[in-house]
Amino acid sequence: MAPDATARADTSNRPTDARDAVVVARGLTKRYGDFVAVDGIDLTIQRGTCFGLLGPNGAGKTTAIKTIQCVSPLTEGTLHVLGMDTRTERRHIKRLLGLVPQEDNLDPDFTVFKNLTTYARFFRIPRRTAHERADRLLHFVQLQEKRDAHIQQLSGGMKRRLVVARSLVNDPQLLILDEPTTGLDPQARHTIWDKIRALKREGKTVLLTTHYMDEAEMLCDRLVIIDKGRILEEGAPRELIRKHVGGQAMELVAGAERPETLDALAADLDARGVTYERLSDRLLAFGPNLNEIENELRTKHGLTETIERRATLEDVFLRLTGRALRD
Amino acid sequence: MTEPKSDWDRPYDVRARPMFAMFGRNRDVFLKTWKVNFIPPIVEPVLYLLALGYGLGALIEEVNGMPYVVFIAPALITITMMQSAFFETTYSSYVRMFFQKTWDAVVATPLTIEDIMVAELLWAGVRSVIYSTIMATVVALFGLLSFPSALLIIPIAFLVGMVFAGLGLMASAKVPAIDSFSYVFYLFITPQFLFSGTFFPLEQLPDPIEHAALALPLTNAVILVRSASLGTTTGLELFAFVYLVVAAFVFCGLAVGWMKRRLID
Repeated sequence: MAPDATARADTSNRPTDARDAVVVARGLTKRYGDFVAVDGIDLTIQRGTCFGLLGPNGAGKTTAIKTIQCVSPLTEGTLHVLGMDTRTERRHIKRLLGLVPQEDNLDPDFTVFKNLTTYARFFRIPRRTAHERADRLLHFVQLQEKRDAHIQQLSGGMKRRLVVARSLVNDPQLLILDEPTTGLDPQARHTIWDKIRALKREGKTVLLTTHYMDEAEMLCDRLVIIDKGRILEEGAPRELIRKHVGGQAMELVAGAERPETLDALAADLDARGVTYERLSDRLLAFGPNLNEIENELRTKHGLTETIERRATLEDVFLRLTGRALRD
Repeated sequence: MTEPKSDWDRPYDVRARPMFAMFGRNRDVFLKTWKVNFIPPIVEPVLYLLALGYGLGALIEEVNGMPYVVFIAPALITITMMQSAFFETTYSSYVRMFFQKTWDAVVATPLTIEDIMVAELLWAGVRSVIYSTIMATVVALFGLLSFPSALLIIPIAFLVGMVFAGLGLMASAKVPAIDSFSYVFYLFITPQFLFSGTFFPLEQLPDPIEHAALALPLTNAVILVRSASLGTTTGLELFAFVYLVVAAFVFCGLAVGWMKRRLID
């Protein structure tokens, strides 16, 4: 996937070609009274890519999605989806969108199959086509055995898969996944990831929000990290990791009862020009050549443990948005 | 280049008829549980007619020159119109809006909030027709309706249903939580249930209250349904009809507007 992702990242650096871009936002702003939920963001999502919208709770992700989804009008700026203006062509835009919402909102009064066919009717899909598609989609999300089951009989993972199937009932050109794997067990998460990858191969454009950085790193070709309604950073996941945390991370553990050791270690890293973050009992250092100084630091400061690991998107995220709790 | 006018400000266009998919969804849910749904409108009139009409009615000689049971039978049908429509756009709509998030799912399709609101209102109106028609059939079996004029109950049920559907949805747009509906029912539905010329003629009330009662939606509904049921006229029908048509449009219009304000942010 790596070369592919880089190639895509490169093409998206070209000047925007309106025909290729599925979402083009310029100065997108959304205010609720005095509160600015989205503060003038620019976004371009290219056709056939998976685009991540990341940020802590309250960053403005869901608000941004609601404007793209044409259920919430923007206060300022322009927003075009699939080449159409969200202010004037919301019915046409919505016909071509698929949404997997944060909260499951399946119809509890209907069976699995009827949930899909009822939803198809909202898109005016002819009955026979709707039935064929519903069966094909149930197969795709591996729920064909549950075709006639009631929603209450489904597990959380099954409901999620059904919502994914429902979002595809109109064969959408843009699929919006709002935290699609929150609360799922590992098996269910991996199944959902597998389905998202399959949809990408089919050429669908995907807009993904998630709090799981491994998920974003794995699935997204490009992503933005937003906070307080503004874009902090944009790029391909690997590019961002390289830029902000240098590819390698090392946890230097001193123990919570030895703050003076952490002070000394911090001063040492400052002197060496190594970027780091201080946690309660350890420093988290980032850089390309940390293992060269690992042993020296360990003996000099009497560290209890050093853990070397790959730097991740989560490191980037925390560096950019801080560690303070949001709600 | 002029700025394009926003969809959100555009007046609602019913000609596209996208609301019928949502209407169909509500109908399908209703039909799935039809056995349960059809029991109340069959059982309720029998209980009321036996208890009030024949039981209490035995102590009352005549009301406006008719047996008491004949007097209250049309009122029972009208109360059903009010309750079935009002219940639908209060409790049922609120559950779909707030707990089941059905509207969130539907608004992600080409349907807009306005489509969903119009569908909810129309469905409540049709539900009023279904319930009151079943009930009227039972009342007719007791020999208490005069045909063919009683057939007018069906279109009247739709009109009355739309009036109370509008009021119910207005309440849904404003209540902070589902518990608040019990106040709405006690303060709004129960007084109408009792003081709209339902169980005794309005003339029994002191003059100011009588006039105030004439302003209630249910009073006007009862006037129309009673005349249709008995095949008589009181001279108030035209006023009642115009009142209900205006009320239906005003309440439904306000309901859609208030709901948009609650839901579109």
